[in-house]
Amino acid sequence: MIATALWIALALFSAAIALNFYRAVIGPSLPDRVLAVDTMYMNSIALIVLFGIWVNNKDYFEAALLIAMLGFVSTIAVCKYLLRGDIIE
Amino acid sequence: MLDMLLEGAIAFMLIAGGIFAFIGSLGLTHLKDFYMRLHGPSKTTTLGVGCTLIGSLIFFSQENGPVIQELLITIFAFITAPVSAHMLAKSALHHKLKPDPRTRGNPQELESDRPKHTVEEAPQGNSPLP
Amino acid sequence: MIPPLRWLPMPVLSLLLLLVWLLLQQSVALGQWLLGGVLAMVIPVLCRPFWERQPRIKHPLKLLHYVGRVLKDIVVANLEVSKLILDPRGRMRPAFVEYPLTLTENFPITILASTITMTPGTVSAHLRLDNRTLLIHALDVADIEGLIAEIHQRYERPLMEIFES
Repeated sequence: MIATALWIALALFSAAIALNFYRAVIGPSLPDRVLAVDTMYMNSIALIVLFGIWVNNKDYFEAALLIAMLGFVSTIAVCKYLLRGDIIE
Repeated sequence: MLDMLLEGAIAFMLIAGGIFAFIGSLGLTHLKDFYMRLHGPSKTTTLGVGCTLIGSLIFFSQENGPVIQELLITIFAFITAPVSAHMLAKSALHHKLKPDPRTRGNPQELESDRPKHTVEEAPQGNSPLP
Repeated sequence: MIPPLRWLPMPVLSLLLLLVWLLLQQSVALGQWLLGGVLAMVIPVLCRPFWERQPRIKHPLKLLHYVGRVLKDIVVANLEVSKLILDPRGRMRPAFVEYPLTLTENFPITILASTITMTPGTVSAHLRLDNRTLLIHALDVADIEGLIAEIHQRYERPLMEIFES
């Protein structure tokens, strides 16, 4: 049962990442692209966690934690840049 | 019996998470303007990832004792998602992205009579915004 | 609450840091307690200049009640937003709403803005410089006055009771 659910969830998250990639490519404005890349970060956290379940190894959670932190910090940094043209004052 | 129940809970969490994340990304792709697109990822994708993490938490707990580190990522995601959504909305307002014509309400941040600062023109150091 | 000391300026933050350290290390060995304890004492002292005045939590029980309500609302919000996104006719009534704040301190306002973003159909977009209004974008709203009243009743009133009363 878990194997089937794992495949379905992997397919759904991969499709979600494809949709985000589409928005990141066509996005008419910069905030759109940043939003799309931020969502890709979130979805890849889930993908890594699912992969960890697949190979039955819980150490993958550390990679997911790192991606979550990097995603948040980089989104905030790019937003700062868009708002002011400068990151560190 | 308990194993069956736990497996069902894990499968449900994984599939629900996948569906939520997919719907969020669908919203990101097909809604009309940026402000509406912001809703999908900020709420739905966060809950989707949270569901997946809780599913994985149950999966690893059932094999060798309770494992609660994955709760850390869930909490982190739920705390940071509103902050990045707020920052993105703020930069969109700063760039004066046009909202959908059906949108009611006309915030003063979007009026076009004030001088428009693009990234290149923005004064270094003392910008008018906080 | 515990009174802040010079070498332990933020007891709650220190406790959280120690807890997160133990969770990350996945062990409760004596060495991890010592290392985590040292980090939990050094980090708050080092980053103290960046912090504003500490908020006072006056009613911890009400805070728990609030967290429970927000968690429930997050699930409801997601079902609603999913329904709106999947609606093939795409009938939405987006609106910008200016929400007048009655909270005055920064930390409760931050919590309120995050709550608004995570719960039904609204994203907080911009906090005006004078701290008196919050610009909210709503995905589907029929009655703007009703939305403002609901946010006030459901989220801002409890936050006022918890932090400022």
